[in-house]
Amino acid sequence: MAEIDRDKLLDIYTRTMKVNRTDEKFRELLMGGKVAVMYYCVRGQELVSAAAMAALEKEDYVVCTYRGQGEQTAKGIPMEKWWGECLGKATGTCKGKGGTMHITDPETGIMVTTGVVGSGLPIANGLAMASQNNGDGRVTLVSFGDGAANIGGFHEAMNMAQLYKLPVIFLCQNNRYGEHTAYADHTDSPNIASRAAGYGMPGVTVDGNDVHQIYPAMVEAVARARRGEGPTLVEAMCYRMMGHFFGADFSYMPPEHIAEMKAEDPLPKLRKVMLEHQFTEEELDAIVADINAQIDAAVEHALAAPLPDTDEIYKDVLEETA
Amino acid sequence: MAQITMTQALNLAIDEAMADDPGVFCLGEDVAAKQGGGVFKITSGLTEKYGPNRIRATPISETAIIGAAVGAALAGQRPIAEIMLMNFVGVCMDQIVNHAAKLRFMSGGQTPCPIVIRTTTGVGVGFGGQHSDMLEAWFAHVAGIHVVTPSNPADARGLMRASIDANDPVIFIENILCYGLKAEDPGPGYRVPLGKAAIAREGTDISIITYGRTVLDALSVADDLAKEGISVEVVDLRTIAPYDEATVLASVRKTGRALTLHEAVRPFGTGAELAANIQEKCWDDLKGPVRRIGGTFSAVPFASHLEQAWIPTKPQIVEQIKAAMGKL
Repeated sequence: MAEIDRDKLLDIYTRTMKVNRTDEKFRELLMGGKVAVMYYCVRGQELVSAAAMAALEKEDYVVCTYRGQGEQTAKGIPMEKWWGECLGKATGTCKGKGGTMHITDPETGIMVTTGVVGSGLPIANGLAMASQNNGDGRVTLVSFGDGAANIGGFHEAMNMAQLYKLPVIFLCQNNRYGEHTAYADHTDSPNIASRAAGYGMPGVTVDGNDVHQIYPAMVEAVARARRGEGPTLVEAMCYRMMGHFFGADFSYMPPEHIAEMKAEDPLPKLRKVMLEHQFTEEELDAIVADINAQIDAAVEHALAAPLPDTDEIYKDVLEETA
Repeated sequence: MAQITMTQALNLAIDEAMADDPGVFCLGEDVAAKQGGGVFKITSGLTEKYGPNRIRATPISETAIIGAAVGAALAGQRPIAEIMLMNFVGVCMDQIVNHAAKLRFMSGGQTPCPIVIRTTTGVGVGFGGQHSDMLEAWFAHVAGIHVVTPSNPADARGLMRASIDANDPVIFIENILCYGLKAEDPGPGYRVPLGKAAIAREGTDISIITYGRTVLDALSVADDLAKEGISVEVVDLRTIAPYDEATVLASVRKTGRALTLHEAVRPFGTGAELAANIQEKCWDDLKGPVRRIGGTFSAVPFASHLEQAWIPTKPQIVEQIKAAMGKL
């Protein structure tokens, strides 16, 4: 088992809890009727996003999906801008024109959040191609689910990335459901990572609920990309502990699946690791309290923020309309 | 001045843009030296000058090609992506329509997407139903894209330079039958601004609004009808969308009659939008309804005589003009 130093563990824990508290807050606001927007819960996948973002540098590029809250907040989008966008406010990352499914924040490297399953992979190749062309040393990470592994763009992108040895990391968050369809009902092969061999690319399946598996796998994939050795497919096994989107029925999940995912919940597991590394309950609670306070302030700011001017519908269509 | 073909014009424009800006690069199927510089030779000689990273021969993967172009553009480069034949856009519409066209808007202006998507097509070479369609209306219907097509070598050179300069996606449609056209070379650095139509021929009786290869038909018909005393004005849109409304409306106000002409099928074609807009805005100046000519509403056929029956023909254009003039 690869060791992770205490500073890095603290970093991963902080990012994980930021993702988790943001998710909890969003659900609280939705349940309380304070906001009514589309939101794709990330409960159960917090650690995968946090560990992946902790393996990147600030300058590195990220492409994520509508279920991208984890990557977005863990990469470091300022909370006020993130909440502003999710609430459709003028203060949002995209002036309220993108929304929860299209968060973009180039300053923190969140280049595209796509609402179309599988569309991020080909775009990630292009970001990585630019880095390869201009030698800026960046890597690009693209996150997607197991459902995306069955769309054409996945295969086209994997083949092209390996052909050119692009500095890209394909992170498949295998949460065992493609929308409402269970893994076994959409795919007959035992895992996604084995597909990498078909493109001549390394592929690895790791437990996304175990920081000692997911983080080292991400570090290795990032290092390989940065060395110019090409892409890696990392499949992080995890669970989507809620429905496809907030409010969606998920009674299709069998009871044994729910029991299994509760047992594998990454948060208690990570807390245990932290305590084993001599962090105290008080220290960890203080971190969470601080995050909660930051989120509360950001939400207040976003709720009070102005709506975008209606003229915005004519702007940013083409440069001439900017 | 030297004469150049449209093929040479496009090659020269791309070459000088690549020399001027290290961020400009080409990608597409068969585009590199090893594959002969593209099936229509547009990127011929460029690998030798700029190397394999800037002339990237790709797998047959249209979604990956356009996706890569989108990503590279977001990172500040200016990719020129080739989709070998226009019908193949069916493979990568998601990347063009949902991503390239919308990322500027959806990001609140943070991530413009400056890509040129070069593609070619054309009826009259026997390529059949899946290699011949003009699909410009599909893209004209999407906000956030320029749709451009040249009708002559000088415009090809100038429009390509302007398209590479543009900070938004451009669908650049080349017509296979126009590659061999020859004209005077406008010279290095020549640009034709996007969104500006040309009056290809002045006239006073009727305006033909067209673009691409059918500009040649319109000019030929105008020559013939001049002998009969009918004065035809030919408006070459050059940029199909967003188009030069001011030039189109001014022409129609002057002549009082309009005919839209395109190779694409007539129903729901760009001619329908042009006609509707002209009728809304020039009603009092019009001497009759706007007429429309387009391809037959079926797949492009293979057999040569069927293909010739399918496309708009010069006799059809003459007939429509005479009908509009009350001279049938």
